[in-house]
Amino acid sequence: MIEELGTTEQGELVINIGPQHPATHGVLHLVVTLNGETIRKVEPHLGYIHRSIEKMCESLSYRQFIYTTSRMDYLSSHINNHACALCVENGIQVEIPERAQVIRVLMDELTRIASHLLWWGAMAMDVGAITPFFYAFREREMINDIMEETCGARLTMNYMVPGGVMMDIHPNFQRRVKELLLQFKHKLPEYHELVTDNVIFQSRTKGVGYLSADDAVSYGTSGPTARGSGVPCDIRKLYPYDVYSKLEFSECLAKEGDTFARYLVRMNELEQSIRIVEQLIDNIPEGDFQAKTKAVLKLPKGEFYQRVETARGEFGVYMISEGAMQPYRIKFRSPGFSNLSALDHMARGAKIGDLVAIMGSLDLVIPDIDR
Amino acid sequence: MTREELQTSIAELASGATWDEGGQWPVVNILPEAWPELARTLKSDPLFAFDYLFCVTGVDWKSHLTVVYHLTSLRFRHTLVVKVKLDRAKPQVGTVCDIWRTAELHEREIRELFGVEFLHHPDPRNLILPDVWDGFPLRKDYEDPVNMIKL
Repeated sequence: MIEELGTTEQGELVINIGPQHPATHGVLHLVVTLNGETIRKVEPHLGYIHRSIEKMCESLSYRQFIYTTSRMDYLSSHINNHACALCVENGIQVEIPERAQVIRVLMDELTRIASHLLWWGAMAMDVGAITPFFYAFREREMINDIMEETCGARLTMNYMVPGGVMMDIHPNFQRRVKELLLQFKHKLPEYHELVTDNVIFQSRTKGVGYLSADDAVSYGTSGPTARGSGVPCDIRKLYPYDVYSKLEFSECLAKEGDTFARYLVRMNELEQSIRIVEQLIDNIPEGDFQAKTKAVLKLPKGEFYQRVETARGEFGVYMISEGAMQPYRIKFRSPGFSNLSALDHMARGAKIGDLVAIMGSLDLVIPDIDR
Repeated sequence: MTREELQTSIAELASGATWDEGGQWPVVNILPEAWPELARTLKSDPLFAFDYLFCVTGVDWKSHLTVVYHLTSLRFRHTLVVKVKLDRAKPQVGTVCDIWRTAELHEREIRELFGVEFLHHPDPRNLILPDVWDGFPLRKDYEDPVNMIKL
């Protein structure tokens, strides 16, 4: 790939962006073909953080393999764990206590808030605003502290296990979540004032990186990327799992399909996540936090597929069992991989400076793409 | 469409298609020669309208390889799983990336990790592995004494 760099016969310039570049937020390597300042082509080169997690899972038990999934999309680790736990539970046919279901959904939504906050700070920083990053980390830090107290980890939680959750919530959990909500609800309008209403931010993002609804579906995008183009695809609404079917929240859609639309979808999702947490935080039912399961799990022969909505979109676990203690094959359908495939289409014809804004609006997490 | 309706309409399109029993979604097994044409119909026929290819993957069954396509229609909300059985010594199947553009990267990934050749693929290069990589890591008989840690 190095030999290709330089100037082409048509006078186009081929340059590298990444794998070490502050705006790729990880080891993403893009080979960009430019005509002056205009982007002609964007080619992703992956694999810099490929650990072959799918191969590893083939020699791990049904309890162990879940831990590897925290290392894929490390900003949605609870939600990844949740998908795997649901998939195994589906195989062993076990009923999950109500308390565990509620705790899981609470953790998922807190994770979504933390993930979107990090994205919000990073996105603003990508287009030149430094301050939002520090504001975002203030609330994200509170969530990390809450997670640390209950799960014992700040990033790779490994809290959800087949049958429920690993341990009960910490006695401080409810109080601290309410403190967080109080502060965050008060700060969110300020964030909108600071970035959403900012004329510089709007002129950098409006009309940039257009993705039509048809293209969004064809490229297999999901999550806020597809919803920014008006495609209703929220797995929590379409294929509800755990207690999502009993909750009141709305799916956030925008129809413009540009970078600003995707930005707005995520900002609105923050409000919906707050709404979900508020509905549940005082209504955690009493009871067990884990169903009784066998120490060694064996799934019947067959295939299982579980989809969940992570902060980035549709995450899928495709598991093939041959009746052994380990899965025969596991495939992780990561949202980032498909969202990335639309980048070339969105960036063509845009200016090189817009590429960073478009990438920011996709919210790519590279370990999730490489797996 | 319900499961039964899907089964009857697809049986008319692809002769020799067999169905797997049970499972959460209908699963159809077809031959590689029939796949690109069936794929085109599944996408364009308004009765099916399978516009969202949400998962593509390969499986090594030691005796043969399969490529598994998970399809959903966003309009009708029905889901179909298509499995294409391939010869392990010479696995070849036509590309579908002109039908669902998401397939382009997925097929590149399957190509390098399972060694499946996607005919008429516009850009069949390695995506994840280095250009000079030997062997197909996700096959069951893959051995690499240097880089592989046995668990």
